[in-house]
Amino acid sequence: MMLSEAQVGQSGVVERIDLSEEVSHHLAHLGFLPGASFEVLRRAPAGDPTVYRIDGVEVGLRNETARCIVIEAREKIEAAR
Amino acid sequence: MSCHVPTVLEPPPIDDVVVPARNTLRTVILVGPPNSGKSTLFNRLTGLRQKVANYPGVTVEHHSGRMKGIGRPDLTLIDLPGIYSLATYSEDARVAVDVLTGRMPGVPPPDVILLVLDVVHMDRQLMLAQTVFSLGLPTMVLLNMSDQLELRGGKIDPLTLSHELGHPVALISSAKGTGLELISSFLNQFGASAGERPQPLRLPVLQSPAASRKWARQVTDRTNYRAPDAPVWSRRLDSVLLHRIWGPLVFLAVVITVFQVVFSLGQPLSDGLGVLLTRVGAWAATALPDNWIRALVRDGLWNGVQSVLVFLPQILLLFLFIGILEDSGYLARAALIADRAMRAIGLNGKAFIPLLSAYACAVPAIMATRTIENKRERLATILVAPFMTCSARLPVYTLIIAAFVPDKRMLGNLFGLRASVMLGLYMLGFLAALVTAKLLNSSILKAKPVPFILELPQYRWPTLRGLALRLYDRGMLFLKKAGTIILGVTFLVWIFSVLPVHGGQFSSITDSLVGRLGHWIEPVIRPLGFNWKIGIGLLSSIVAREVIVGTLGTLYGVDPATHSLGLQAALRHDMGLGGAIALVVFFAFAMQCTSTLAIVRRETNSWKLPAVQFFYMTGTAYVAALITNQVISHFIR
Repeated sequence: MMLSEAQVGQSGVVERIDLSEEVSHHLAHLGFLPGASFEVLRRAPAGDPTVYRIDGVEVGLRNETARCIVIEAREKIEAAR
Repeated sequence: MSCHVPTVLEPPPIDDVVVPARNTLRTVILVGPPNSGKSTLFNRLTGLRQKVANYPGVTVEHHSGRMKGIGRPDLTLIDLPGIYSLATYSEDARVAVDVLTGRMPGVPPPDVILLVLDVVHMDRQLMLAQTVFSLGLPTMVLLNMSDQLELRGGKIDPLTLSHELGHPVALISSAKGTGLELISSFLNQFGASAGERPQPLRLPVLQSPAASRKWARQVTDRTNYRAPDAPVWSRRLDSVLLHRIWGPLVFLAVVITVFQVVFSLGQPLSDGLGVLLTRVGAWAATALPDNWIRALVRDGLWNGVQSVLVFLPQILLLFLFIGILEDSGYLARAALIADRAMRAIGLNGKAFIPLLSAYACAVPAIMATRTIENKRERLATILVAPFMTCSARLPVYTLIIAAFVPDKRMLGNLFGLRASVMLGLYMLGFLAALVTAKLLNSSILKAKPVPFILELPQYRWPTLRGLALRLYDRGMLFLKKAGTIILGVTFLVWIFSVLPVHGGQFSSITDSLVGRLGHWIEPVIRPLGFNWKIGIGLLSSIVAREVIVGTLGTLYGVDPATHSLGLQAALRHDMGLGGAIALVVFFAFAMQCTSTLAIVRRETNSWKLPAVQFFYMTGTAYVAALITNQVISHFIR
């Protein structure tokens, strides 16, 4: 499953990042590393980008980037809203 | 954008850089990741006396200053750009490595490193530490934002951490100014004779991000670090400010406020300052002999100074807002909201505020592109910004519209024809910006697309001190770096508009070099519907767009055929409708602003971009005006 497919409120673990070395490197330093757990916090009002919480930090990624990040989702937690 | 399969990160070959041994401590380097509060600490340690320059050949800024803030004016502190690692993917990291290894021309090799880390996010921030330690220089680790850690129930033991890392560790808060005395005592231990440099400077040993992360995690585990909980109110605030409905509404309110203040308050302030400065100049000039000296000082030099100073109100106002937005954490949210719309024109969300402010003036707008970390996006925004209809175009637009467009109502009194033409000119500028952004995206700057990655910082109250420092910094930077160029060019154009000297008196503009050049270029601009007077106006307005109105006033005023008419009537007498509309179209596109060129030169640290911009914009303007005049002249009469 890709990160872009995860719903708001869902959490999971990053498996692999299929992006160029430079981009992966930047993302890795923000916490996007294999094994890191994340939560989908919210989408921007226009539906994209999406805000993810990855070890204590909130990072906004566009769909085009999130769909290159392979994840393993935990079961969906019902969002409060 | 397509996905790539990652490759393994190869460390570069390690070679030693030999540096002559010195036995006194002189240069201290401040290193740290972005958002670690490094700049605030730099300001604390140096006070206001800092020097800002660009590193040779790159757009990266070089901040340095004497460490007066902690009573060590003998030491120079150099602030490196915020970097996540020393892997040289970015220009920032390449500069950092060059400075740290003593290979940056004009920058003394470092003696001591101060590594600043945000203690709230230790696992992530420590990733930089291992590579910095591998440089082999005496290093002190500064755990910044200790006040936040305490406030939100986190825990860290600096002593254990210090044992674990093998380097001294201090808990500090650059916002509150606590813990700075630990930095002094660390530096004092080197005394006057720091002894021989332990070894030649080394290149950093790079680890893969995964390995650094693992190491960082182990260190924080062993030292019983507990990250503080994210404050609930920050997330609650986001559920309003990033809400589907409230989010965009708040965003609009913020954006309209910024625009209104910069435009409606900044403009009268600039105008008022202009009037005041003119009076001061005129008054001071009476003290000078009434000959060429007075004209030189008042019309040449003082006018030049004035043309620099009038930008200050708008720059300061815009940076006050950007300061509040950035320091509070809202700027990142605004970028998130604007991103979808900005992407449609090939830019990212961070370009929104700079582009909006370009409607007031391109100069502060281009300075504001600094908030866009991504270099490619920043250059694209700088290229596009001057197309936005800035306030300096308005005097020309109003003059021509008032003179040539009848005051007719259309669609049953709903629209005035004049207002529609004005709106059309605004749209024209916006379209030019859009097409330019698209062109850039599909050609030159396409080479390396970088995704939009946006870190959302915690919300925080901006501090007065922080805002004041930012305004001072930007204001001084503008005056010193761009101001000198603007002054020089303004003066030069003035000189050309009064030379040669006849019998101890300057020429009138018609007989001057600029006047002759205006006549000379007439064949080139004739197809646009412009005569030699417009030619002189165009040449004189290279300094600033609004100057053409004054120049035309002078030219038509001295012409016996038109001097009894008002400027509007004189223009109607002298120009066709085609030429008049072509003139405003020309102004919508042309780069008639040396201040913008100067600030682009300053912000990109090269003449390349301003040159490209000048020829591209003026070329487009020429073609567009040519088409406009030919089409209108063909169909009307």
